[in-house]
Amino acid sequence: MRVNCRVRVIVGAAAIGISMLAAVVAQAAEAVRDPARGWDRLWFEVIVDITILGLLFAAVAAYFLIRYRRRDPGQEGSAPRLSPAMAVGWAIIPAFVFIADDFFLAGNGWQLWNNYREVPANRIEIQLESGMYSWDYTYPNGVRAQNELRVPAGKAVLLRMTSRDTIHSHFIPDFRVKEDSMPGRVTYMWFYPRQPGEHVVTCAEYCGIMHSYMVGKVIVMPEAEFSAWYEQEAARFAQAK
Amino acid sequence: MNVLKEWIFTTDHKRVGILYLIGSLAAFAVAGIVAMLIRIEHTTIGPTITNNPHDYNVWLYFHGAAMILGFQIPVLTGYFANYCVPLMIGAKDVAFPRLNALSVWLFYAGIVLALATFVMPDPPDVLWTGYPPYSTITSGNTAFYTFTVLLIGFASILGGVNFLTTIAFMRAPGITWNKLNVFVWSIFAAFVLQLIFVPVLGSAVTLITFDKYLGTTFFDPTKGGDVLTYQNLFWFYSHPAVYVIFLPFIGIVYEILATFAKNRVFNYKMVVYGGFGGIVLLTGEVWVHHLYVSGMADWIRVGQMVTTLLISVPVGLVVIGLVGTLYKGAITFQTPMLYALGTLFLFLIGGLTGIPLAVASLTIHLSDTYYVVGHFHYVMAVAGTFAIFGGIYYYFPKMTGRMYNETVGKLGFWITFIGTNVVFWTMMDIGVKGMPRRYFDYAHFPQFEFAHQIMTVGALFIGLGFALAIFNWIHGALKGEKAPDNPWGSKSLEWTTATPPPSGNWKEIPKVAEDWHPYAYGNR
Repeated sequence: MRVNCRVRVIVGAAAIGISMLAAVVAQAAEAVRDPARGWDRLWFEVIVDITILGLLFAAVAAYFLIRYRRRDPGQEGSAPRLSPAMAVGWAIIPAFVFIADDFFLAGNGWQLWNNYREVPANRIEIQLESGMYSWDYTYPNGVRAQNELRVPAGKAVLLRMTSRDTIHSHFIPDFRVKEDSMPGRVTYMWFYPRQPGEHVVTCAEYCGIMHSYMVGKVIVMPEAEFSAWYEQEAARFAQAK
Repeated sequence: MNVLKEWIFTTDHKRVGILYLIGSLAAFAVAGIVAMLIRIEHTTIGPTITNNPHDYNVWLYFHGAAMILGFQIPVLTGYFANYCVPLMIGAKDVAFPRLNALSVWLFYAGIVLALATFVMPDPPDVLWTGYPPYSTITSGNTAFYTFTVLLIGFASILGGVNFLTTIAFMRAPGITWNKLNVFVWSIFAAFVLQLIFVPVLGSAVTLITFDKYLGTTFFDPTKGGDVLTYQNLFWFYSHPAVYVIFLPFIGIVYEILATFAKNRVFNYKMVVYGGFGGIVLLTGEVWVHHLYVSGMADWIRVGQMVTTLLISVPVGLVVIGLVGTLYKGAITFQTPMLYALGTLFLFLIGGLTGIPLAVASLTIHLSDTYYVVGHFHYVMAVAGTFAIFGGIYYYFPKMTGRMYNETVGKLGFWITFIGTNVVFWTMMDIGVKGMPRRYFDYAHFPQFEFAHQIMTVGALFIGLGFALAIFNWIHGALKGEKAPDNPWGSKSLEWTTATPPPSGNWKEIPKVAEDWHPYAYGNR
């Protein structure tokens, strides 16, 4: 029985070790750091952080509420007056704990921020002009598309964005990314579609009466399929001209 | 008729306060009904009670603008400040009673303008934020939005001048700065913020009206303007506005907790100087967290991520003070105390769920989703409203001379409390999954339909609970039992007057003993 147990532990540990190693190898093999994955990781960290803080405060408050109920009418509270040292301590120590946590979060947030804002060199760069109520994309070779952004899998996609009327915000929930587009400025965002599939694009800045109908999709295609589509569209556009 | 005239032309701070209360509760009721319409509209995908997205957008505008500018700020800095501050510092009235009357008239004019939304042909549909270019090209009447903001803002500036002077110069002998009620400090801090920041909001909304009607081009990039300038000006006021709401409502919660725990405020100086002082110092340096995805320069976005996170330090001290005030207390749980504890709970959730939003890189996904809506309703909207309702219950006997019904009060509290958590917890959950805010129709997010239906039911609970409370007040004011002068056994000065306090409050300016303190409970 005991042997069996030990074997299980060893096998389990080995399995965890191998899977961790595999994850590290996979990450190293992948040249592009995907901000969407970084987002999920940091979100989890922050949720753990605030849950611990919240439970701590709630538990202490709940304990006080039960422990210090009034026992008889006319009873008054008996909290001692804090000595000057205690008073200062109760301000300074929590303040430093909060500051430490803030800097920890700020550091992690900043790192992920750089990841979101530094676009990989190997990328496809697409112009986006938003308008009431559509997303108009222009590819490097002049191919245009409306509300359907076709991109190859496994390559970073950079959008350079502007708007011809009000402010819009190109939001792709699956890729954890959005950025406003507006007249008079060019903004950018990038994302990393790793696998073929379809993802909703939606407007996240109130832009007018039909704001909630301003919808599109990102269609991620296998590399070869995308190239075929891209050349075919280019030819079609050339013909139209 | 004479009674009406007496009330309209009154300069008595208590009556001005009650006028503020009636006006802001009217705004609250209408904006609350509009919130129900918004929720019911979302019960099904596609049109439910209106076919016209424009109606829905007008509701969004009215709900936001009326709740913040017509309800929360005026009820806190108008009603509570007026009613309580002179009583708490032992003054016969505010420093400038006639300015005070003018301020409440301006406020009523603002409320009337806001309510005109429902009768005018092209009501504003620019949300409470009024971002250009939309606000300058819409067929909706942006000028009404501007003038509503200006009237209520100007009323608030008059209040600021009045209350800072009153608190600084009209304290009764012996009431030193360190013996002020926490609530008085919170009003002082809130009005410092109003005086600094309201003019910035005033200029921002004035400039949109100039752009739209007079042909200027402050926000038109084709003629040398910049659309982001407006957002910077707007949030430079509107983030501090969150603290203009937060400070007084947490001040009320302090008063209630101290009274119902019969206990001294925990580490008073930490709360006042560290907490409130820290908030006042930091609040002007964090507005860019509303612009994390607006295309601002990267350096200022990450810079203000750090300052925004640091706001957790003073706010954390304020929360420690609240929890600490319960330590070794003698706690009872009447209706005001339930609301105060409800505020603590809701604020804890709201405050902590704000931390991910302070992190700029997480906000790239969360911005403009239901997560944000859930967060600010927890932290400011319902936490604030719970504190306000608790405060009204708390001062109800003093104000009317009668008692409310305790059972109905508690019932109303629990119904609202449950509804609140159902609605706003669900809201944050689908927000993280991608549900964008300000959507009339969510046809391309069909997976959230059930969550929307749950929220609609929760919202009806919230409405029912608040309606019960208001019914309870009206009933109590007319038919309640007579209240004693000090029903809660508080040591604070406002409870030493007759009930209800007569004009002039005291026959003579009260004298306080050497060792007097508003929270001097217990033997030590």
